Amino acid sequence: MKILVCISHVPDTTSRIAFTDNNTKFDTKGVQFIIGPYDDYALARAIELKESTGATVTVLNVGLAETEPTIRKALAIGADDAIRVNAEPVDSFFVAAQIAAQAKAESYDLILMGRESIDYNSGVVHALVGTMLNIPAVSPVMKLDLDGNTVKMVREIEGGTEQVEAAMPLIAGCQEPIAEWKIPNMRGIMSARTKPLKVVPPVAVESGVKLQRFELPPPKGAVKLIPPDKVEELVHLLKTEAKVL
Amino acid sequence: MSDNRPKTQKQDLFEHPDFYEVDALLTEEQKLVRSTMRRFVKKEITPFIEDWAQRAHFPAELAKKFGEVGALGPTIPTEYGGGGMDYISYGLIMQEIERGDSGLRSMASVQGSLVMYPIYKFGSEEQKKKYLPRLASGELLGCFGLTEPDHGSNPAGMTTRFQDMGDHYLLNGAKMWISNAPHADIAIVWAKDEAGVIHGLILERGMEGFSTPEIHGKWSLRASSTGELVFDNVKVPKENKLPGKTGLGAPLMCLDSARYGISWGAIGAAMDCYESARRYALQREQFGKPIASFQLVQKKLAEMLTEITKAQLLAWRLGTLMNEGKATSAQISMAKRNNVRMALDIAREARQVHGAMGITGEYSLMRHMMNLESVITYEGTDDIHLLILGQSITGISAFKG
Ligand SMILES: Cc1cc2nc3c(=O)[nH]c(=O)nc-3n(C[C@H](O)[C@H](O)[C@H](O)COP(=O)(O)OP(=O)(O)OC[C@H]3O[C@@H](n4cnc5c(N)ncnc54)[C@H](O)[C@@H]3O)c2cc1C
Repeated sequence: MKILVCISHVPDTTSRIAFTDNNTKFDTKGVQFIIGPYDDYALARAIELKESTGATVTVLNVGLAETEPTIRKALAIGADDAIRVNAEPVDSFFVAAQIAAQAKAESYDLILMGRESIDYNSGVVHALVGTMLNIPAVSPVMKLDLDGNTVKMVREIEGGTEQVEAAMPLIAGCQEPIAEWKIPNMRGIMSARTKPLKVVPPVAVESGVKLQRFELPPPKGAVKLIPPDKVEELVHLLKTEAKVL
Repeated sequence: MSDNRPKTQKQDLFEHPDFYEVDALLTEEQKLVRSTMRRFVKKEITPFIEDWAQRAHFPAELAKKFGEVGALGPTIPTEYGGGGMDYISYGLIMQEIERGDSGLRSMASVQGSLVMYPIYKFGSEEQKKKYLPRLASGELLGCFGLTEPDHGSNPAGMTTRFQDMGDHYLLNGAKMWISNAPHADIAIVWAKDEAGVIHGLILERGMEGFSTPEIHGKWSLRASSTGELVFDNVKVPKENKLPGKTGLGAPLMCLDSARYGISWGAIGAAMDCYESARRYALQREQFGKPIASFQLVQKKLAEMLTEITKAQLLAWRLGTLMNEGKATSAQISMAKRNNVRMALDIAREARQVHGAMGITGEYSLMRHMMNLESVITYEGTDDIHLLILGQSITGISAFKG
């Protein structure tokens, strides 16, 4: 069995967010990059499947050379090899087209990724790749088990869960608690050095969306504390100052 | 109870300071080693350490977890189960573990530098194959017996002796202050032969006449277990002698490797104290403003960061010398002494920044401070390292008789 895990290279969740170039570019200065947390769950489940079935795990990232430490980390965690599509991941459609192009060439049984990346949070790449490859795409998947050629999954839905199954090949957008994040070990880090990391050029994609600019939420104002015995004052302020009543 | 009582540190928010961009001197792989160990420590150590230390509980199960992540014998070649890593990676592993707790770092450094290292350096091929993989995985825990009740800074005076009985050695004597001893499966014991020459012997738990009583009542390294090694006519098989090196130089080589790791470990403890003080100073208000706005508090923080930065540069440079095989014992002494003293000073200052909160187990300061009192004593006291440096400068030994 061949598993492809698509990983994004995203700012650590504690990063301070700022923009440059007239608010059109994310400012990467001083920012730590990590494997997207949802992608990390997908990777952890893939490694578990590798351990239980002997599957091979390939990781794929669409990104420029600076994402290689993130890719090496995925190799250290246990992936067998990696592909980096050498391009800036401009939008979901572009990324999905790159993944689809690579997947077509290699015919993977299972394509796992996070339910969404935590930088732009579009959460549509799995569905787009499914459409492009004409195979099922399921998300958000909280549990994924194999039963022969059938994949049994539990999806999170509003107020509950839904159990679905589909035949491979298949795409799943993953989230917790599908598997516990894996910490690499020192042997993994050392062996990641020599695992193959193939760099391929992107396929040409016409993107319909053009980024105009980013805007940060307005800074939080000062907090006014009103003692519990002054409810009238609170109501008054909510009416006159906050204008929410 | 007043509302502005500081929140307890439920979540481990630690991120290391890097004022001089020392990270730029590290490879991506070394940074991955560090972030891996940091995640390990946040998951396996910091949520529990306060309780372990308060109860003086030695988390024996951690040895296997250290083994799994690869923290035991990182520099030993992979063919013997080690990590095959460079010395800076090893240092970063020690830094992160000691950021969690000096006692648990002691467990890992004794295993790696004082048990696996001598077997790897001075052991026979059979000894290496027999012990190293199981020590690397944490299946076996080891300890290192050099210090004796009457011989601490002067190990050459040791009185533990063995006699050649033809088909075995007969060992008598006692070792004191031995980390891991009460839980150890094997012990590397330094003892004199009939001619007074020091050799290393591998002892196994269960050998008749060999016992490991625990030392109780420590105020320091409470999550590490310390004990004695007592040898009462212990029959040691001849194949358990380390054949590769004799004389005091053999254990001193092990100590060099461990002291190097400690010079990084101490930085971890110092960083934890500094970061805690920085966060606390910004959040705690007195006289209507954060205490971080007072010049005397800023002075403390500024000095801490300066000392940490100097220590980082010492450790990094020493690591490159270790990688090149050029580091001298005196260079290692300088880094061990400077960095441990710096960490102890920072722990004390950081505790003051926390006021009364600093004396509680809600914060790591007091634990680090008490731990570091051992770290500044073992592996060569502060004084002894000064004298080693003094000897290196003047060519005159002020401590050998
Ligand atoms: C928690 C803990 C764990 C330990 N683990 C181990 C272990 O695993 N294995 C092991 O072998 N040992 C271990 N030790 C022992 C440690 O290495 C010794 O405590 C250390 O070498 C100092 O010896 P001592 O305690 O006998 O002090 P002493 O040598 O008696 O020194 C007492 C004081 O006199 C000073 N002094 C001594 N000689 C001189 C001199 N010539 N000039 C100036 N000052 C001098 C010292 O600096 C010190 O301040 C451990 C100790 C502790 C506290």
